[in-house]
Amino acid sequence: MPTRRAKIPATRYPVERFTLDNGLRVVLTPDRSAPVIGVAVVYDVGIRSEPEGRTGFAHLFEHLMFQGSENLEKLAHFRHVQGAGGTFNGSTHLDYTDYYETLPSNALERALFLEADRMRGPRLTEENLRNQVDVVKEEIRVNVLNRPYGGFPWLTLPPVMFDTFPNAHDGYGSFDDLESATVADAADFFRRYYASGNAVLAVSGDIDVAEATRLIERHFGDVPARPAPERPDFAEPELTAERRTAYTDQLAPLPAVASAWRVPDPVGDFAAYLPYVVLAEVLTDGDASRLVERLVHTDRAVTSVGGYLGFMGDPFDVRDPTALLLQAHLPPGGDVDKVLRTLDEELDRLATDGLTDGELARTQARMATHLLRDTDAVLGRALRMAVLEQQRGEPGLLGELPRLVGEVTDEQVRAAAATLRPERRASVEVIPGGNQ
Amino acid sequence: MSARPLPPLGPTRRLKLPSQAERTLGNGLTVIAVRRTAVPLVELRLWMPFGRAHLARGHLLAQTMLSGTETMSSVQIAAELQKIGGGLSAGLDPDRLMLSGTGLATGLDRLLEILAEVLTGATYPAEWVATERDRLVDGIQVARSQPAHLARTALLKRIYGRHPYAVQTPEPEQVRAVRPAALRTLHAQRVHPAGAVLVLVGDVRPERALDAAEKALGGWSGDGYATELPPAPPLVSGPLLLVDRPGSVQSSLRLALPAVPRTHPDHAALQLANLIFGGYFSSRWVENIREDKGYTYGPHSLVEHSVAGSLLVAAAEVATEVTAPALLETRYELGRLATVAPTPDELEQARQYALGTLQLGVSTQAGLASLVSAYAGNGLRLDFLSEHAARLARASVDDVAAAAARYLAPARAVTVVLGDAERIADSLGTLTSIETTPVSA
Repeated sequence: MPTRRAKIPATRYPVERFTLDNGLRVVLTPDRSAPVIGVAVVYDVGIRSEPEGRTGFAHLFEHLMFQGSENLEKLAHFRHVQGAGGTFNGSTHLDYTDYYETLPSNALERALFLEADRMRGPRLTEENLRNQVDVVKEEIRVNVLNRPYGGFPWLTLPPVMFDTFPNAHDGYGSFDDLESATVADAADFFRRYYASGNAVLAVSGDIDVAEATRLIERHFGDVPARPAPERPDFAEPELTAERRTAYTDQLAPLPAVASAWRVPDPVGDFAAYLPYVVLAEVLTDGDASRLVERLVHTDRAVTSVGGYLGFMGDPFDVRDPTALLLQAHLPPGGDVDKVLRTLDEELDRLATDGLTDGELARTQARMATHLLRDTDAVLGRALRMAVLEQQRGEPGLLGELPRLVGEVTDEQVRAAAATLRPERRASVEVIPGGNQ
Repeated sequence: MSARPLPPLGPTRRLKLPSQAERTLGNGLTVIAVRRTAVPLVELRLWMPFGRAHLARGHLLAQTMLSGTETMSSVQIAAELQKIGGGLSAGLDPDRLMLSGTGLATGLDRLLEILAEVLTGATYPAEWVATERDRLVDGIQVARSQPAHLARTALLKRIYGRHPYAVQTPEPEQVRAVRPAALRTLHAQRVHPAGAVLVLVGDVRPERALDAAEKALGGWSGDGYATELPPAPPLVSGPLLLVDRPGSVQSSLRLALPAVPRTHPDHAALQLANLIFGGYFSSRWVENIREDKGYTYGPHSLVEHSVAGSLLVAAAEVATEVTAPALLETRYELGRLATVAPTPDELEQARQYALGTLQLGVSTQAGLASLVSAYAGNGLRLDFLSEHAARLARASVDDVAAAAARYLAPARAVTVVLGDAERIADSLGTLTSIETTPVSA
């Protein structure tokens, strides 16, 4: 039965862009449907830029940006945001670090003040550094060391796939490296990467564009101008032979495996990249997807399978080199080799026979829902637009994504599947050491 | 360097509630529709009272409810939902069975049609049930390797004793014993519209959404199922329960304290007292054990509401070597707030946070849907948000001090610590009496 294609709705978020004299790029996207705003500042530095011997430093430094700044004591940032009815956070990615607040819209000027103040300079002290090294160590323990499947696969697969330090190293950091970090390292990192010319500010929600522009000029206009540093080339050659490793996780009760294949440059060749984003969903989105149907329900070879782009699940905010990942958790005694063989078989079948009637359209409709849902919160819009501005100079792409995803063709998905060959694959297997 | 002053806040924008409509259908289903149009989607939440349901059967029912009907297989249900950008999932807590989903607003009629077909005709095919049974068992095994789950399990058992809330995860062997016929029977007994609440939020006209729900679900039938849930037992602090997890590099600290439901006159003051203690980042507890001492990454305390009672739970994962010092600071901060009134500035900051996050919570479709659904579970409607905001605005330092003395007193806390007993038992024993149990018990 031929299927009627659900119309993918268009969204047009208004976008205003400008650049201050000090090089700070600004994106405004007003939406007055609720009296709340999102404020995001994104710096073009991430895990890939941290120096050798300083694994985890980009993330540690993110913590230091909350420890007081030119006019603010330690704890003041948190209290001022929350005392205005807002919430805050920051996060460190492979290619960028973000800082953000979402608040009632009467706190706009306060949020701008807070972000401008730390852009001028955080208070880097020995005491705060030691305190945050301790906090980060507990963060790593809770997220990696004290739980099963900690860091799988985002920390354990890159060293299998990549050879150079920027792409392969542990972005959370070793305790030795974290403990070796100094205030001088932090000052240097700030001077180099936290330059006005290396940052984007995005403000979304209940704002008046003219007023917001005036306030941004007032608070960020005199942040000293520093240019963006030269961005190093992180390129690595493609794999020419299959790579595979395994490790024992003492806390994990069941086996697991993750595989990755390199994909086209997400920024430089977006048209070639997008079909891979769709492919990951065709393979793994829900009970009607190919790999869930085959591996979970028909073969009962896995208990769950997922697929996504980018080691941190970030299809539209990562640069080259990156990958399509498939990961699966297996039942007790599950056979990883068999799972990998089945993946190859299903990819072959897709590449050879193409998609079934309506398979692509329904996957695209579901993707549109996910993309739209992520941008309902004004903060989601600010964060994503800031990164799209930084990496592409194209914040309006956010509103175009549902349509662009919907324009990917059967033939493109098939061609993408055909490139996921075993000889281009890097895999990592978790051997259960727990409860055995 | 001349100091730059912190800009003042602008005038507070009044809390504006979105337009909504409500209808109780002939079959007893309450439908609430709320309009928010920022993205062309609709959020769906449907809960049915499910208290005292057989634990293993209830969990497996939630996991297999979407596995097939007379006319559709599981794959077809999933594919039909995808066509409208939709998805549905089912979950269970000790009070309710909940179906949640999102889809394109243009697909609302179809989403409701598929939902109705599942509610009135889920078949629990044997093959699928067998697969899902194994997956559920595997999931339980993985959960049991996670310290947060183990600490929670021990805490619930300690608090609730013989109450139905005491055990919320079934044993693998209980799950293995469940047959499809038992699921069909449970569905026939309990998946009923009477007493259930459906919430639809999104880019829809509320009256039109109610009509669509009535058209699709008007034929769903079944009476309410009377269950008597005993009230939660009062907390008995007793000795600290140390759950031994050898080799653990962190200890999971859990303290449970008494709390009151959303409608209780003390609730707003208790919420503010909890914020000042440990309910947000700028709280005494977080500033102490994280920002001053570096013992932990994400400590938090939260008031949880269930049908049989409410509870305040403070949770932190702390480095093994500072387990006892972290407990000491926790008890100190609780005791300080229970015995000395907070400063007016501290209260003002917590109040602004509570009021501001109300605004943020209702500024998305998903946030609205979850709040409206949770409120309905207490017999409340969205207009209670204004009432609650007024109570938060009114609460005085004395009110908050009184609530802290009543609810946050460390003498009333039930304390559970999951960690490496060999390394932490002695130092914990210097603070309080302890009782040690192996992790598997």
